[in-house]
Amino acid sequence: MLNNESTENQPDLIIDGMAKPFSRRKFFGIMGAGTALMVTAAACKKTNIGGNNSGVNLGSGDPGVLNYAYALEQLEAAFYTQIIKTPYSGISAMEMSYLTDVRDHEIAHREFFKAALGTGAIQALEVNFSSIDFTNRTSVLGTAKAFEDLGVSAYNGAGKLLVNPDYLTLAGKIVSVEARHAALIRDLITPGTFADMTAVDSNGLDKARTPNEVLSIAGAFLKTKLNASNLPTS
Amino acid sequence: MNLQNILSEIEKTDPDVYDRLDTRRNAMRSFAKTSGKIALASIPFALGSMFQKAYSSPASPTDIIIDTLNFALTLEYLESNFYIKAVASGIIPTGDALNSLTVIRDHENEHVNFLKTAISAAGATPVSFTADSFDFTAKGTFPGVFTDYGTLLAVAQTFEDTGVRAYKGQAPNLISNNDYLTAALQIHSVEARHAAHLREMRKAANLLIPAGVNVKPWITLNQSGIASSAVQASYDAEENVVQAGVTITNIGGFSISANAASEAFDEPLTKDQITAIVTPFFA
Repeated sequence: MLNNESTENQPDLIIDGMAKPFSRRKFFGIMGAGTALMVTAAACKKTNIGGNNSGVNLGSGDPGVLNYAYALEQLEAAFYTQIIKTPYSGISAMEMSYLTDVRDHEIAHREFFKAALGTGAIQALEVNFSSIDFTNRTSVLGTAKAFEDLGVSAYNGAGKLLVNPDYLTLAGKIVSVEARHAALIRDLITPGTFADMTAVDSNGLDKARTPNEVLSIAGAFLKTKLNASNLPTS
Repeated sequence: MNLQNILSEIEKTDPDVYDRLDTRRNAMRSFAKTSGKIALASIPFALGSMFQKAYSSPASPTDIIIDTLNFALTLEYLESNFYIKAVASGIIPTGDALNSLTVIRDHENEHVNFLKTAISAAGATPVSFTADSFDFTAKGTFPGVFTDYGTLLAVAQTFEDTGVRAYKGQAPNLISNNDYLTAALQIHSVEARHAAHLREMRKAANLLIPAGVNVKPWITLNQSGIASSAVQASYDAEENVVQAGVTITNIGGFSISANAASEAFDEPLTKDQITAIVTPFFA
């Protein structure tokens, strides 16, 4: 019931067509050059992330990083879609309005990555929200806070993995919106906690997490296993 | 071709080669990043430019990084000095409002100190400003900045939304250095948290909001949500709904309005655009 729109598993010609302006050729051009270089020069010591090598392979290089973001956006979009479908008891009009906005933003992010990655996109992921009580405000907002803070830290940690500055800018366009979400959700739970010491360190810095750190947390909410072993590490 | 062997050979005759190249790790990383963007046949050119960096003194990536960090530091000084005065103004309601602005003030001070330390650690000189460096009325545009709560919040929101756009625009300049890039991104998202909270505060206070405008934690179209055209440059182009050639409105058959499509992506501004926006605030 809670898996993403199952039709997403079907080929979608409209979406595919939308991918063209983003230049998929550029994606694979980059990937191809990188691979060739590893073989010839053996100089780029981008060691792979260890761990579980089974599951949906996110891929390598910039496309791998974008698939990683796509996976997280799928998780968030599915979560907020469910909230709006079955709102928690006692939800206020303002909360409903804000959470509907957030759902739309996350769907926009998910569909953007799907279109941009084109045939290089990973499949639609199946989520596991069995630990969330969607009738309960505390459960829902607590999960939302965890997801938004996690998303912010994921993008902050993934920026350095990207090679193409245009993709870095795109990731930057999204992460600040995730941070706005995080601030709002935190304030809905406890006013004034938008950037408290659980989110921001003593240097005034938000968190940055590696893909492995992020996926070990996000994995609890995904039935589909993800394989991040080919993602760049620096 | 084995690049490590080449470097090892050079090291035998020039033990300082890695210092010249910054560090071995950075050299390899910057070469790896560059070579990802070029055809295999161009590798000799990439190697050539790497050694040109080591053995001549062109405007190096390091210079760009330091310039970028100093630009960020300039903006943080602006924000930090603004909140120091704002918190001391006596016009902010005690409780949540004053507590929140104090949290934000402290973050901006921390950003100043962090960037100063980072720039000094890189062997460069951080820019320096004092309270006297600033004119928060912006040459008389906001005469009530520290006497009128609505004006104070409006200027604060604009600074934060502008800061988010500034860091976003500068991030690509740091792409060759993972540590600086990550730190800048970690500041960037904190500024976005501040912006969201200030927008909530403005909505709650209901001051200086144009009729019919709903101020939300995110930026809708190019609306500042502030009844003053003076801040508009900080919101221009936020109405963008096409990302990397992909139209976001109603994407994938989902009902995504232009409002939501614009809100879902924040837009960068260039250094020149940011400079034009903040210049009136410098005395």
